[in-house]
Amino acid sequence: MNEALLIAGMALLTFGPRYLPLALAGRVRIPPLLEQALRFVPIAVLSAIIAQTTLVRNGEIDASPGNPYLLAAVAAGVTAYFSRQLFATVAVGLLVYAAARWLL
Amino acid sequence: MTPARLFLTGARDTLPLILAAIPFGIVYGALAMNNGLSEWATLAISLFVFAGSAQFIAVTLVASAAALPVILLTVFVVNLRHMLYAASLMPWVSGLPQRLRAQMAFWLTDETYAVVTNRIGQDPELKGLPWYYCGSGLAMYGNWVFCTWLGISLGQQIPNLTDWGLDVAMVVAFIGIVVPALQSRAQWACALCAGVCALLTHDWPHQSGLLFTALVAITIGVVLERRAASNTRETSYE
Repeated sequence: MNEALLIAGMALLTFGPRYLPLALAGRVRIPPLLEQALRFVPIAVLSAIIAQTTLVRNGEIDASPGNPYLLAAVAAGVTAYFSRQLFATVAVGLLVYAAARWLL
Repeated sequence: MTPARLFLTGARDTLPLILAAIPFGIVYGALAMNNGLSEWATLAISLFVFAGSAQFIAVTLVASAAALPVILLTVFVVNLRHMLYAASLMPWVSGLPQRLRAQMAFWLTDETYAVVTNRIGQDPELKGLPWYYCGSGLAMYGNWVFCTWLGISLGQQIPNLTDWGLDVAMVVAFIGIVVPALQSRAQWACALCAGVCALLTHDWPHQSGLLFTALVAITIGVVLERRAASNTRETSYE
């Protein structure tokens, strides 16, 4: 494995997709429909990442109450809904996760 | 707010996600060394690439002796979601110099994007967003490089570092950002649809299911939002 080539290639293929739309901003007009669609990007992508990381364990879907990720996610979700505080959400989620790992 | 204050606020608002990223950086450093990359290459990837999940996938592929083009193509596909992120930020960067845009692009991660869009949601008229953004980006970046170095140094001393379930911190942080952002029916539907679809497509190769999921969920959100908008228009005519 040529490490220099690996690093250069990865850097290019990471920076490219991140930069291209920002570079074009102001030069191309975004149609209103696309703009409306792009406002849903954070919710769509982050929710997908949350669902996969929480419920897919070792390549299988584990929705049992013995899955400590699921317990932590539910606790974090309830905390986030009522408190709207990021720090409180993370703290409760991690505590429930640690307790579940320790008890189960 | 002054630029310096905005910069610091951006860094501060990212703190929960920085804490969540610490174990990731350490595990990455340890894993890359384990998988046969040299110390300098392990650190250089964090310095010059700066892409959490793509870095993990790349070093995993290195260990399985995948060909360089396969690794690079995978990295590209995994990074495509950042193109969606960047596209959604277009309205906020159109007046900025290209050098600043390039810097922002380099620091565009799931975490900084989540924090910045959260801020835009609370205060759409915010002046000096680039300062806020760069505060968040530099804090994530500095932490990532430092933790990679830590992982390289500690790697061999911590057994089974990868089995600790460290990604739970990232998940609960994302939950803390997404849940308060859900207000309309269309947003709830988009989130639920994304969750279900992500599970149905979880075994698609190279996270292609994630991109497919994003497209389906976004479409649902837009359709419902348009329907809700046309309904209110009809009732206001009556």
